[in-house]
Amino acid sequence: MSDPKHLPAPDPPRAAPAGDAMTRRDFLNQLTLGSLGIAGLGSVAVTYQFFSPNVLFEPSPTFRAGNPDLYPVHSVTFLQEQLVYIVRMPEGFYAVSAVCTHLGCITQWKPDADMIACPCHGSKFKVDGTKIEGPAPRPLPHFAISLTADGELLVDKLQEIRPAQVLKV
Amino acid sequence: MATSLHSALQNLRDTKVWKSIFRRGPANTNRTRSLAVFGNLFLHWLPVKVREKSLRVRASYYLGSISFILFIVLFVTGILLMFYYHPAAPQAYRDMKDLQFVVSNGVFLRNLHRLAAHLMVFAVFWHMFHVFYRGGYKPPHEFNWVIGVVLLLVTLFLSYTGYLLPWDQLAFWAVTVGTNIISAMPVVGNKIRFLLLGGNIVGENALLRFYVLHIVILPLVASLLIGIHFWRVQKDGGLTVKPKEDDGKE
Repeated sequence: MSDPKHLPAPDPPRAAPAGDAMTRRDFLNQLTLGSLGIAGLGSVAVTYQFFSPNVLFEPSPTFRAGNPDLYPVHSVTFLQEQLVYIVRMPEGFYAVSAVCTHLGCITQWKPDADMIACPCHGSKFKVDGTKIEGPAPRPLPHFAISLTADGELLVDKLQEIRPAQVLKV
Repeated sequence: MATSLHSALQNLRDTKVWKSIFRRGPANTNRTRSLAVFGNLFLHWLPVKVREKSLRVRASYYLGSISFILFIVLFVTGILLMFYYHPAAPQAYRDMKDLQFVVSNGVFLRNLHRLAAHLMVFAVFWHMFHVFYRGGYKPPHEFNWVIGVVLLLVTLFLSYTGYLLPWDQLAFWAVTVGTNIISAMPVVGNKIRFLLLGGNIVGENALLRFYVLHIVILPLVASLLIGIHFWRVQKDGGLTVKPKEDDGKE
């Protein structure tokens, strides 16, 4: 067995393929890297989906705010759960966001000063959401407000409207 | 007494168990001392020899070592705090209050964790400034400088994720404000905020996500980067020493 004369002859050195022809090793390397790349992209996509919750246990962005008669004319009512001001003026109803447009703190209605103020960084707004002074970059947005069939106020926080639109009741 | 202790130690070194663990003789020459460092998992990324001038206080103020010791303190106290903490609303706040008022030595551990965290941010920043003003970012240290900057960011993010866990008003508003800063990023800002909070408001999902980031993901990343950082200090030839301090003493 150990007689060197009976060993099979070693393979002749493989000739390098001419030109740009791909060797078997290159082909397998590229195949492996390609499939790993596809699998990697797929796992990124699946992980992204996994981290985006499908069900949120948060207050619904669309909510009923009760009968219009609950709100006297010239009143500003803060809804704590929804973080919205329901404002009733002689010309009608509108809903203003209570979340400061600067960094998301909850603003407060100050009846004595007749303005909405943010406790975090001192932004001030008029009751219609118009900015009096910064650092807030934008006025407080108005949300769509309408009446349901049974006569209740319905606010949709997913829908921002122009401040000029008021709900007449 | 001393001789009997010495001979007892010598007998211990001659046992089969000791030899199977350390697999070397006493470290009493330069060669065997080097081998002792090379052959130990916990020492092998440290240099076998350092220049005397790089050990002087003014060479580093030991700021990197201080940051590392604070990291170890935070690691240990953090694990201990986990035995009493549930990352759930409103239980998290009650657990924090229990640690302060009910658990034996809880307030000590909590304050140790909190103060070490404040100090670590301070120490890491000071370390960065010190390295910068000594030119420690220059070749061949560029890569280790980048690792260090990433470690600073990891430290800040660890601090920020830990800030939410007491689940008090300060935590809630700090994270509300912080994540609104993230959403100011163009295009992807709102998406990143949504993923980080697991929703649109700072709620239960946000608390759990910050907890997992704080106790698993970020410490793992930090440990790995600290390992590379130390190892590169050795591979890049030790601390940067100013030429004027190079007084020939090695």
